[in-house]
Amino acid sequence: MYGKGLRPLSIATVSMVAISLSLVFFYAPLDADQGFVQKIFYLHVPLAIVALVGFVVGGVFAVLHLRSNDRRWDAYSYVSIHISVIFGVAVLITGAIWAKASWGHWWVWDEPTLVSFLIVFLLYATYYPFRYAIEDRDRQARYASVFAVTAGAFVPLNFMAVRMAESLVHPRTFATANGGLPGEMMFTFLCSLAAMALLWTTLVKFELTAKSASGQVKRLRRALDAPVSGGSSRIAPEVS
Amino acid sequence: MELLFAAPALPLDEAGKYVAGAYVVFVVLLVVYVAIMAAKLQRIERELGEVAEIAERNKESKAAPGREAEEAAPRV
Repeated sequence: MYGKGLRPLSIATVSMVAISLSLVFFYAPLDADQGFVQKIFYLHVPLAIVALVGFVVGGVFAVLHLRSNDRRWDAYSYVSIHISVIFGVAVLITGAIWAKASWGHWWVWDEPTLVSFLIVFLLYATYYPFRYAIEDRDRQARYASVFAVTAGAFVPLNFMAVRMAESLVHPRTFATANGGLPGEMMFTFLCSLAAMALLWTTLVKFELTAKSASGQVKRLRRALDAPVSGGSSRIAPEVS
Repeated sequence: MELLFAAPALPLDEAGKYVAGAYVVFVVLLVVYVAIMAAKLQRIERELGEVAEIAERNKESKAAPGREAEEAAPRV
């Protein structure tokens, strides 16, 4: 069920990533201010946007789980957050590389954009031990959903607070005046954003398919009265 | 193809290693994720094989009493 449409989605993702990389290195003009280092922007910013949206999506799935008590939505929420955390790791590393190249420092503690993303990332990093600490699967799913809703609501609030704050060094790329992206850069950026969104969707679907297969093997074992082998995760929700 | 021909050459100055580093980190993260998923899929495949074996053994043990009775019956 979860694997349906995974192949065309994967092909679309690979094609879109290839197209966006071609555009980044062969089409988008060099930034007058930052030069070649600005190419990191086409990777770092779409990754950050998709990761943050993924956290919110995880919260929406959690709301659906709390409303319906359907474990499927808990699995969707868990996987959305899981993939977004992986994207978050990439955002922090690529951001640090960009900071080093642009500002000469790997990390700037008095910059609200960086610190706020780190706070969001660390908040979601606690999601795993939080789930793991609860033995009962129903309670685990319910508490994890409450966490996902609360943290998901915090993400846009945090984003708005940072936008309203006075930035010290971090560029405001989508400023409406004096500093907006020129056409070619915007087109390349939108293609990169689409590529990252497709990649996120493919990885979520891939993870759900693997979890579904694992869950069905366990069901089969139970049906055959065979012992369930080790290696099953207490954190990850079971999907069937 | 026109797009590629019109593309400017990549400048190999100081910034190049940072840009390469950022993209390599992204690719490495993806490869690590795919490797972890491959290991998970291998485990599922192994478990599926074990379940198939158990199912076959169960089928054989269910079929066995009937076969024994058939063999014990006098042939005419």
